Amino acid sequence: MPFLRKLLPKRSLTSTLGLALLLVSCAADGGGGGLQSQKIDLIKGRAKLICGVDGKLPGFSFVGSDGAYSGLDVDVCKAVAASLLGDPAKVDYRDLNSSERFAALASGEVDLLSRNTTETLSRDAAGGNGLSFAPTTFYDGQGVMAAAGSGVKSLKDLAGKPICVESGTTTELNLADRMREIKATYTPLKFQTGDQTYAAYLQGRCLAVTSDRSQLAAKRTSFPDPAAHLLLEEVLSKEPLTPATTNADPVWSDAVRWSVYALMQAEELGITKANVAAKLAQAKANPNLADLRRFLGVEGDFGKTLGLPADFVVKEIAAVGNYGEIFDRNVGPGSKLKLDRGLNRQWSKGGLIYSPPFR
Amino acid sequence: MGPIQRLRKDLFANPLDGLVSVLLLSGLAVAGYRLLHWALTQARWAVIQANSTLLAVGRYPIEQQWRLWLLVALVAAASGLSWGVLRGLPVRDRPKTTLWPSNDRLAAILLVFLASWTPALLGLTLAIQARWWTLTALVLLMRWLAGRYAGRFAKPAALAMPLLWPLLYLLGMVLIGGGLGLVTVGANEWGGLLLTLVEASFAILLSFPLGVLLALGRRSSLPMLRWGSIVYIEFIRGAPLITLLFLGQNILGFLLPGGLAPDRVWRAAWILTFFSAAYLAEAVRSGLAAVPRGQLEAARSLGLSLPQALGRVVLPQALRVALPATVGQFISLLQDTTLLSLIGLLDLLGTARSVMANPLYLGKSAEVYLTLAVLFWCCCAALGLGSRALERRLSPPSLSR
Repeated sequence: MPFLRKLLPKRSLTSTLGLALLLVSCAADGGGGGLQSQKIDLIKGRAKLICGVDGKLPGFSFVGSDGAYSGLDVDVCKAVAASLLGDPAKVDYRDLNSSERFAALASGEVDLLSRNTTETLSRDAAGGNGLSFAPTTFYDGQGVMAAAGSGVKSLKDLAGKPICVESGTTTELNLADRMREIKATYTPLKFQTGDQTYAAYLQGRCLAVTSDRSQLAAKRTSFPDPAAHLLLEEVLSKEPLTPATTNADPVWSDAVRWSVYALMQAEELGITKANVAAKLAQAKANPNLADLRRFLGVEGDFGKTLGLPADFVVKEIAAVGNYGEIFDRNVGPGSKLKLDRGLNRQWSKGGLIYSPPFR
Repeated sequence: MGPIQRLRKDLFANPLDGLVSVLLLSGLAVAGYRLLHWALTQARWAVIQANSTLLAVGRYPIEQQWRLWLLVALVAAASGLSWGVLRGLPVRDRPKTTLWPSNDRLAAILLVFLASWTPALLGLTLAIQARWWTLTALVLLMRWLAGRYAGRFAKPAALAMPLLWPLLYLLGMVLIGGGLGLVTVGANEWGGLLLTLVEASFAILLSFPLGVLLALGRRSSLPMLRWGSIVYIEFIRGAPLITLLFLGQNILGFLLPGGLAPDRVWRAAWILTFFSAAYLAEAVRSGLAAVPRGQLEAARSLGLSLPQALGRVVLPQALRVALPATVGQFISLLQDTTLLSLIGLLDLLGTARSVMANPLYLGKSAEVYLTLAVLFWCCCAALGLGSRALERRLSPPSLSR
């Protein structure tokens, strides 16, 4: 129904279409039926979710020595597979490069793109790439790294000092803009490649080096003494890395969206991989815990309205844990990257991770 | 002339020669020493030891890997057999060579030498080390047996040899992919050296006949055929391989209805085939041009039909001339498979990049790339050796030394 999609705004289309489908299915089998989604039926039919990942990005997606994929992006794939199919292992991973990722999604070669993709207007717009973005799973951004012993704590301390930067990148421009904003002069040392930049930094030719925070953290692990280098708190640019589906199947997009929100909501509610079974038992035993009962699918029809099984949240959390656990394990303190949560804290702790209410 | 005098004549004939030799040799020695020093003291080879299976076969399911071992054993046996038959079978119009010429003895010693320490160096378990020793023994045993008894079974051996490798190839594809009662292992799960070799061998085997047909088509007197071949060859040669690979990955999904487009791995294999065929066609055409026109006319006037004349008189001579260029194309095709990592396939390079992204092994790229270089060198050297052996065997006696 592409003509409909053009006529109606996106949100209202989702609900209109959902309503229309609901009405149709109600009319068809007397109110007992669920939602209709070609994509969901297809995935269920083949009993595999096909997930596009980068495959070569430390902390986000890579292949371990045993041949198993892991990383933050991979855990999102596993979570969605667990919520729809009940099994985090039912995923086929496709390594995609940055130029073919959108074509692979549009042609239906992958069901879900979980490949450190920055959410932007042109990618979201129906007249652009026509993607439908799920909630952001990692707020990346340009950061600055400096030696721990140098006394540099913020950008202001770098006034008048040399900073290593890759030339011809947006990184270089962002740094110049920000330093102009805080009225600090500095000496940019520009290099052609990332390797040269980091080598110069390690030789002490500059006091600090700048790049995307996740990149800096990954590079830091290969330094001789990783603990001697600090990432400054300041973030110079916005890179919200977000899983995506196509606009073509709003039911499927909603299912993915709320599967990801559920990971965040679970952290907010303190539900972890370890205690999800206990929480479920608690919810079943106590009819007064209405919110928890609805969230875990003991009562209500959240799953059904999304085209997912009623217990999709339980299956997800049991498989990969909540958002905080995923972060810690792959890029946070539990990993070699040792990234600070920063913007990726829960909203209640000053971050941007915010799940709308499950109601 | 003794080795000392020879060395003196080659390297130190006059003062300038001596100076250049000393400079070059000392430069080489320093570079070699530093490389060895790095490899032995500074490099951390744990990244290769821990990921050797991944680099070899990618994410191929562990419980099915016995099929690959069986295939390797069959290939080892077939190599030994072919090697022995090549030496043991007398060739017409050619003086009979000894059963173990010095080259072969050297090769056997090198093989044993490599097998004795490489598996241990890779940190493989004792059971897997033993498998590699058995494989080496198998190659040498088959070489010995075939060399010894090939003369006695000359006729069946000459008949069976050309069939051996194609049959083995088909069997190998069944063993790798499944079917005929074996569990299917999708192409999505092949990786590492396995995927590189499957893609390269598939493209080599299919592009060769295609290339010959295109070369004949380009020289045909039928205008449709000739222009079709020219357009095809020039179109493919006018586009870089990476462009064609991207086209295949991105466009085919839209052109063919969902599910009908071949898997990404096979899409890439077909594109490699079509690409390589265009270049091969030009190599074969140069061979065809080297055969005097009189040969075809003589064959026709003897009453041979056109296909007979081409197949029995012209092509054998043309292909012999085109052999070095053809093998050069095959070698570059093998190396071109590394482009597959850019379209997200986990070939040897793709797997290696994946390994280097593992946070446990960050910053170990020098070790990984050096290993890749050695692996590729081995594969290409094997192709080159094979082609030179074939060249010597195919060259007419009057032209051989």
